[in-house]
Amino acid sequence: MNIYDEISSNKRKSFLLIVVFFAFAIFLGLVLGIVYGNQYFGLALAMIIGTIYFLFSYYGGANAILTMTKAKEATKPQYTHLINTVEGLAIAAGLPQCPKIYVIDDSALNAFATGRSPEHAAVTVTTGLLQKMNKLELEGVLAHELSHIKNYDIRVMMLSAVMVGLTVLLSDFLLRSFLWGSHGKEREHNQLSFIFIIIGIALAVLSPIIGELIKLAISRKREYLADASGALLTRYPKGLADALRKIKDDPDPLVDHANKATAHLFISTPFRKSKGVMNSLFSTHPPIEERIKKLDEM
Amino acid sequence: MALGLTIGIIAAVVVVLLIYLYNSLIKLRMRVNNAWAQIDVQLKRRYDLIPNLVSSVKGYMKHEKSVLENVTKARASLVSGTMEEKAKASNQITQALKSIFAVAENYPQLKANENFMQLQEELSGTESKIAYSRQFYNDSVMGYNEAIQVFPKNLFAKLFNFQQKEFFEAKGKEKENVQVEF
Repeated sequence: MNIYDEISSNKRKSFLLIVVFFAFAIFLGLVLGIVYGNQYFGLALAMIIGTIYFLFSYYGGANAILTMTKAKEATKPQYTHLINTVEGLAIAAGLPQCPKIYVIDDSALNAFATGRSPEHAAVTVTTGLLQKMNKLELEGVLAHELSHIKNYDIRVMMLSAVMVGLTVLLSDFLLRSFLWGSHGKEREHNQLSFIFIIIGIALAVLSPIIGELIKLAISRKREYLADASGALLTRYPKGLADALRKIKDDPDPLVDHANKATAHLFISTPFRKSKGVMNSLFSTHPPIEERIKKLDEM
Repeated sequence: MALGLTIGIIAAVVVVLLIYLYNSLIKLRMRVNNAWAQIDVQLKRRYDLIPNLVSSVKGYMKHEKSVLENVTKARASLVSGTMEEKAKASNQITQALKSIFAVAENYPQLKANENFMQLQEELSGTESKIAYSRQFYNDSVMGYNEAIQVFPKNLFAKLFNFQQKEFFEAKGKEKENVQVEF
């Protein structure tokens, strides 16, 4: 599979995500409408909210993700080195323009790229990464991220983070409030809480399926691919391999403002290693040892 | 009638195919030209930075006039010439800059100078951008040169005068030491 196949496959997947999202919205709208006794109203509501939500995800998704992770734009002279490195790699990758560069104030070693297209893209690194990586390792990590940008991985990942990911979070939230609420005494908004319960249960039933969908869309293969094309940019696979080794040995991989919706964006999983059902469901990253091994063999 | 239609369809398909082939060659050639423009931008940037470096270093390095002269001379040779000459001149500048920064190691006051530090960062960034833009340019040239030599595109290339492009590299001795670290 070459880069052009990769790009069209990613555009297809983005479109599919949107279709699935609308199907899901319509389903929810119908359920709500039937509960209310007017399915047309539910349908119309679902279409309107769905469209607004889609437009928001597509055009504002990157900014939403950057805000969620508390990323701040990198400026000179503090981040001159970072900016120069990204600009250089953007030239090497032949990107139409240099992506915007952001920094998260966090000691964890991590990075991600997001945006809807190479023209509207952003790359983000943690301050921990900047402190602990040497020049070659930083180049390796950034080249990996720029590869995600170049082959439109960012679009699929952004849409799944914002559209699907938030649906999962919403179900989490609704179910939790339903569980807590049922212990409380006050049940004033009976009808409203009934609707919440319906939506919550529907989402809860569907969220494992959604989780699988994210995994399908993201496909761990893309991390290997980005590793490989990143290595092609720097012509130095060892840089990224060393960086991944450092990331692997990082005692505190937790990025404070990462959550289930944004986890798959990062170069390595931003959570502590744990064996929970939800976590294994969302293990969007291939084992880091495997990635290092492949890079070492290049 | 049916025969005429068939011939018509075949002709249309061939024409569309030819247009497609022609456009793909044009695109490749444009990419090479854009890639070259990128190198030029970076070379120009370094060209503009060097006088600042020389003036900020001059006061400190009184005993190393020759090092500074080298970089000024190399800078002047960049202005004109063929691609190969430019590549050669570019490598000479890289070497000359490298020796300036090596010498600077002996001047702690200079090394602590804010202005100098920023220039060093800028120049080393530009240096790696030159290396990257050269890499992208040479990759693009390789893709383009390959395309115009393969059948059936080579027929087109001849017909429309698509010529082979030159790689941006200095042949011979100067070629070593492309990777720089200040």
